Amino acid sequence: MTLSLFRARSTVVWVVLVVATLVSWAVGSEHGTGSAIAIAVVVLGVAVFKVRYVGLDFMELRQAPLLLRGMFECYCVVLWCVLAGMYLWL
Amino acid sequence: MNQVTLRSVVGGDRSSAKPARHVPGEPGLWILLFGDMVVFGVFFGTFMYQRSLAPELFDASRQTLSLGIGLANTLILLTSSLFVVTAIRAIRSSQRLAARWLLVGALACGLAFVGLKVVEYTAKVHEGNTPNQNAFYLYYFILTGLHLFHVFIGIVVLVLLLTQAGKSDLSGTRMALVEGGACFWHLVDLLWIVLFPLLYLVS
Repeated sequence: MTLSLFRARSTVVWVVLVVATLVSWAVGSEHGTGSAIAIAVVVLGVAVFKVRYVGLDFMELRQAPLLLRGMFECYCVVLWCVLAGMYLWL
Repeated sequence: MNQVTLRSVVGGDRSSAKPARHVPGEPGLWILLFGDMVVFGVFFGTFMYQRSLAPELFDASRQTLSLGIGLANTLILLTSSLFVVTAIRAIRSSQRLAARWLLVGALACGLAFVGLKVVEYTAKVHEGNTPNQNAFYLYYFILTGLHLFHVFIGIVVLVLLLTQAGKSDLSGTRMALVEGGACFWHLVDLLWIVLFPLLYLVS
């Protein structure tokens, strides 16, 4: 009964988010190789990507009125720009 | 047909047609949720600014954090969110027992997060890394402390959801409160998703 409840898009999203977390951790903790700047920007980008999917599929904003969904999408874009921008240019 | 089932049919869980758009939870709650997200956004920006003033110090301090605990806590919160969103689906389909077990799972995840945070804080303090140590640790304790406060509120919210999940008939208003509570828990997850790379990973 409970297992059938997991046959849903949110479970697929959870798998994607777990994989993204592990990739982010593997890339972020391997600072000996590659550019630290590129790694940081990728890690921050993956974080915002994960935030977006938590909002759309766990908070169910994918089916929310466009204004509410649009505000959330804008938050994600602004968050990404602020974090990556401050990292790159400060 | 109970009110939740009726609501789900009228409100947009029809599988054959495109679901009608619907605000998860009470609309007013979203002012609180967005407000919280903006406030934390300002904190994230402040942290990045402070980091730019002393990048070597921040990077050296970052490397003393317990990366394994940070990673485990991220996976724990993601899993708790899956339990919560699945529990909401169970409530809508009147699978009360499944909903309760899923919320118990989410609660266990929340408590595990707190337990690991206590272990991490204790280790840091024993190592001499207190808020007085430097700017990084000051922000580390402020940001993670504020987030932990949200986790505590979230755990209380999950207990309330657990009490509602057992009821056979939820009114539209109560269902909106349940959805709102679930969204608050997802907010707790969402904030940690940014905090983890910001504090533990970005060099």
